[in-house]
Amino acid sequence: MKRQVPLALVFIFGIFMIIQYFIPHEKSEWVYEFFLDWIYIIGIFALALGIWSLIRVSYDKIKYRRPNWQYAAITLLGLFFMILFGFDYGRHIFSAEGLRNYMFVSFFDYILIPIQATMFSLLAFFIASAAYRAFRARSALATLLLLAALIIMLRFNPYFGAVTPYIEKTAGWLLNVPNLAAKRAIIIGVGLGIVATSLKVILGIERAYLGKD
Amino acid sequence: MKLTFLIACCVLFLGFPVAGFAQDTPEEAQPADSITTPIPAPPGNVTAWDTENDHGHSVSLSWEPSPDDGTGLGNVIGYIVFRSDSPDGPFVDRGVQPAGASGHTDVGSKEEASQDYMADYVDYYYKVRAITADSLVFAESVMVGPVQSYGQWFNTGRIPVLVFVLCFMAITIFFIQKAKSGANLFVRRLAGIEAVDEAIGRATEMGKPILYVLGLGTAADIATIASYTILGRVAKKIAEYQTGLIVPCYDPITMTVAQETVKTAYMDAGRPDAYNEDMVYFVTQSQFAYVAAVNGTMLRERPATNIYMGKFYAESLILAETGALAGSIQIAGTDEIAQIPFFVVACDYTLIGEELYAASAYLGREPLLLGSLKAQDYAKAAVIILAILGVIAMNVGLDGFKDLFYISN
Repeated sequence: MKRQVPLALVFIFGIFMIIQYFIPHEKSEWVYEFFLDWIYIIGIFALALGIWSLIRVSYDKIKYRRPNWQYAAITLLGLFFMILFGFDYGRHIFSAEGLRNYMFVSFFDYILIPIQATMFSLLAFFIASAAYRAFRARSALATLLLLAALIIMLRFNPYFGAVTPYIEKTAGWLLNVPNLAAKRAIIIGVGLGIVATSLKVILGIERAYLGKD
Repeated sequence: MKLTFLIACCVLFLGFPVAGFAQDTPEEAQPADSITTPIPAPPGNVTAWDTENDHGHSVSLSWEPSPDDGTGLGNVIGYIVFRSDSPDGPFVDRGVQPAGASGHTDVGSKEEASQDYMADYVDYYYKVRAITADSLVFAESVMVGPVQSYGQWFNTGRIPVLVFVLCFMAITIFFIQKAKSGANLFVRRLAGIEAVDEAIGRATEMGKPILYVLGLGTAADIATIASYTILGRVAKKIAEYQTGLIVPCYDPITMTVAQETVKTAYMDAGRPDAYNEDMVYFVTQSQFAYVAAVNGTMLRERPATNIYMGKFYAESLILAETGALAGSIQIAGTDEIAQIPFFVVACDYTLIGEELYAASAYLGREPLLLGSLKAQDYAKAAVIILAILGVIAMNVGLDGFKDLFYISN
């Protein structure tokens, strides 16, 4: 019974969502939006579970002094203080309330955002190292890749005088013919895969997400 | 002189409001003495009808452009569509179209509280005005109406999708039945998935854990659902080999489902005692904070194998390069086209696009799953054949072929 009810729910709502796609009527849209709202409601409850999981894992690391437990302590302190600042309602030491709290905004703007920007900027260095590895001409295919990449990169270089239009044309062909064809092939495959997986879920063939209890 | 100046000022001050009013009300007579531009011919044959295949609150219009639009006097610069709920007006401006246009869709709001609200099953009347560079010179069409808007119960523009879905369902069910009857179905080789066993074996020998990343997708994303299935199969083997598993999650709902998946896998492997809820844990819903946490785990725990399956965005290369630096075997799979090249470069094995969806069937080897995989392959073959036929049809002038696949929103 504990497995049959979720499977029946998935089947009914899955079929409804397929049918809904073909019904543009306002009433159909209303029901669709009503169901989508449930995702937010479930999300709020799940967030509580997620925070509990984070606290438990971090607490265990600190309690048993696991390697690098200090990071877990910083995580918990950050979580605790941001919640505290977020819940503060304009006591005299703070100039604003809730999410406009001075400390909350300062921590967010001057610590979290710069750290996130730093993480993102790492991507530039990783792209360079990955490109170096990918473009080493170890085989015929890798050499082809290297040549294609060179042409695409040279396309943005303005110092080739009379050759520039030919480079631009070749780069345009590379992007619009072989590259686009491969992209579209992958997109078609992904589309079919999504439909097949959705059908497996709706028909109850794919049920790994259900658990056993 | 002073009297002349006074009269000129009076004319200016009184004249502006009159001109402004004339712009907004089509019924207003044109002041003949101010006309310097010739009056164009009005647009003809105006028709209005309820917009098809929509949720209502919308009316479509078409007209024949004014003979002075581009030809004739050539002074028409566009068209303004006016609407009223009474044939006597007042008419309100519902949109502008450039010269050469011959249609407009008047879309109102479905919210009653909105000023732009357009009620269904209410009579509306329309006029189309051809305008010139001189705001006082214009020509209006004959009023059309009444016309009502209403929502449809079937979107005929999506019939090709319906046909495709029904055909695909039929093929899938056919192959599932065939698989159930015991037929031996050939399945293509997936190198990335064959490497999973090898990677788990390596982790066992090294005594190091396996890191499984579900990506940044939510539990509602099909890529994440496919990833759950792969996680289940991988976790079962990990439980059998008694290797460690780490699953840091980006989304709390994803975490809850992943915990159930791993728990089930451990029970299926006959090792429920080895399951620890903290194997699957929530990190954060901030993209780069999540990357920092996972990268930290990679560098501290030094997992023998990193498996990335699901939806990935800008973080894909940061994760995969860090994993490569940490010396882990890496297997990735995503349906995000832009991230596939990054994974191909930085990982040992990559499942490209739909291989992510095929992986669960390949790992499980269950007849039901293999049946759906065969259906996928046949559908791809059908798409390839249709693409070739399309190329031939377009080259021999059969333009109608592509209209068979036209899908409206």
